[in-house]
Amino acid sequence: MEKTLKRYFLVFVAPTLIAFAFAFIVPFVMGIYLSFCKFKTITDAQFIGFQNYVRIFGDSDFLNALWFTVRFSVLSILTINVFAFLLALALTRKIKGTNLFRTVFFMPNLIGGIVLGYIWQQIINAVLLQYETTLVANAAYGFWGLVLIMNWQMIGYMMIIYIAGLQNVPSDVLEAAQIDGANGWQTLIRVKLPLVMPSITICLFLTVSNSFKLFDQNLALTAGAPGKRTAMLALDIYNTFYGRSGYEGVGQAKAVLFFIIVAIIALTQLAATRRREVEA
Amino acid sequence: MKKRILSVLLCLAMTVGILTGCSKGDNSGTQNSNETSNQESQSQSDSGGNQGASQQKGRVYYLSFKPESDRVWQDLAAQYTQETGVPVKVVTAASNTYEQTLMSEIANAEAPTLFQVNGPIGYESWKDYCADLKDTKLYSWLLDKDLAITGEDGGVYAIPYVVEGYGIIYNEAIMDKYFEMDGAKVADMDDIKNFATLKSVVEDMQAKKDKLGIKGVFASTSLTPGEDWRWQTHLANIPVYYEYTDKGITDTDALEFTYAKNFKNIFDLYLNNSITKPGLLGNKSVDDSMAEFALGQVAMVQNGNWAWSQIAGIEGNTVKEDDVGFLPIYTGVEGEENQGLCVGTENYFCINSKASKEDQEASIAFVEWLFSSPTGKRAVVNDLGMIAPFNTFADEEKPNDPLAREVLDDMEDEDTEVIPWYFTSFPSIRFKDNFGAALLEYAAGSKDWEDVTKQVVDDWAAEKAAVQ
Repeated sequence: MEKTLKRYFLVFVAPTLIAFAFAFIVPFVMGIYLSFCKFKTITDAQFIGFQNYVRIFGDSDFLNALWFTVRFSVLSILTINVFAFLLALALTRKIKGTNLFRTVFFMPNLIGGIVLGYIWQQIINAVLLQYETTLVANAAYGFWGLVLIMNWQMIGYMMIIYIAGLQNVPSDVLEAAQIDGANGWQTLIRVKLPLVMPSITICLFLTVSNSFKLFDQNLALTAGAPGKRTAMLALDIYNTFYGRSGYEGVGQAKAVLFFIIVAIIALTQLAATRRREVEA
Repeated sequence: MKKRILSVLLCLAMTVGILTGCSKGDNSGTQNSNETSNQESQSQSDSGGNQGASQQKGRVYYLSFKPESDRVWQDLAAQYTQETGVPVKVVTAASNTYEQTLMSEIANAEAPTLFQVNGPIGYESWKDYCADLKDTKLYSWLLDKDLAITGEDGGVYAIPYVVEGYGIIYNEAIMDKYFEMDGAKVADMDDIKNFATLKSVVEDMQAKKDKLGIKGVFASTSLTPGEDWRWQTHLANIPVYYEYTDKGITDTDALEFTYAKNFKNIFDLYLNNSITKPGLLGNKSVDDSMAEFALGQVAMVQNGNWAWSQIAGIEGNTVKEDDVGFLPIYTGVEGEENQGLCVGTENYFCINSKASKEDQEASIAFVEWLFSSPTGKRAVVNDLGMIAPFNTFADEEKPNDPLAREVLDDMEDEDTEVIPWYFTSFPSIRFKDNFGAALLEYAAGSKDWEDVTKQVVDDWAAEKAAVQ
């Protein structure tokens, strides 16, 4: 059996491997190479060394976008996970219609980001109309709008993961805790939380990477307005690449830098939460 | 059982989510393409056998700029293929995505053979792809050879194919109603010859707007990002024109924005006498403004002759063709009584120099057909409503919509001083976007006018330096 598997290893893996190489590895390597080039279209690139990376910091766009993204991410990661966990707790109790509620909360996740952004833009603008202002009048509106959309969209998904985690907490452990006289709060903090740590790892990873890479919602909701003050990193990269003549290489360099930042943050977070995972 | 059905449904729903997620990348633009297949056209030309198309046919791929005239271009392409057998493909970039679309399309093997740039700045970024058009008939037809963009080597690399004009479009019916009222500031549209008169009339009209049956004098000053070009580009042309004229230049690395207060004059007039409160302008688009005008809710809107089709095409349109007129944009500059409309071009044809020889020749032939054959000319004048700057058009072949006629009148009238489009020398899209954003904040009350002017001056210098 083992031998046969080994013999056919290539046959089974090759299609996926080739697809992966073409769709991911080749563009990725090309992208890194292009970040060291001056180019208009990717077919006429000319190597220029680290110049693009220096030019990233020629104006404050990238740093502003980074700061905005960090603020947005921290806030939305916290709120999404807290709310998702609370919902999961509520919906793992034996109340009527939990399945219906779970589906309802999950629904927003099925709507595409662009559509969602435009819908919420209409909603928020309709509310702001009362105060004779619009979403793009103040950067703070855009910020809170984004946090709101992101919460609305992501909470359901994270909730499902937390529900799965909570349902996997063995009932004998819970009963033991009850017999030992632990109250609800103590059970939650000392028993349930450590046991759903794997779910927390996954949810944190998903929210961190999704918040940092957010693009569609950002584009549809404010497109960075007013000015560029609500532009997040992905949008800034897009604008640099397409919106400024002669800055294609700089946009590419920003993208590489962006990749490194997201990779470092996500890996640190994974390592940190992994260490806290325990077996029941 | 019930649970199973639910989980299957959930699974399905999730897959749908994943699938729609994947296709997201494609819906960035509404691209319509219409490629008459090569074989089909071949057989048609064999049977039709006109124009004597050569054996070595190239193909034409035009990347069009204006979504509103996509249909006309598609029809033209099909017609040309029918007449000559040369396949023509027209793809229209979604509004505001022309540069992006061109950038990705031109890297393809089947790259556009015919594309357009918006002026010297656009040419600068695409010059490696522009073929020399000095020896083409198209260039020889050009009425004013100075309009074409020439390279440092003296070659002609981009040829304008349309002349347009803009100003303040007004609704004569509403104006007449005002002129008949007691205490009207002036008696006739011709009496409005400068900013002071315009201002007094507009403010008086705004005060009497209920009696006039309008909701405001001016249509919404659309300031949504991407919808603000009427201000950060078109309106900004006027102060820049006066500054350039004072200095006797046509481009500069350092704009002083000496006529900033004139920009503010007219911009404030737009904001304060509008159908929409200034705080809400970040939510208005050009389409909104044109609809307000077409429905007779406002008396004036700043736009160009291309807007006629838009006005005429809006459902419930109450503006009659005879009632539409053009007023120059007065800003309170000394001696502006003779000022005319802003007339110029931002549409230049370029031939992709990296396409094969046959394709380049086919593309030139297509454009020449467009501006010289009866079919092509009819489409240009009637369907596209373009004022083409070529001598192949006889006098009776000029467009006859009310706005285009006024532009032509202004160009021919020796007493009025037509303002050229100097905004083609604006440093970059980024400069314009930043300017638009600043205007939005100014309108919303969160930015001082001093900060706006300072930003314009700083940005101009920074962007001019960055582009070089």
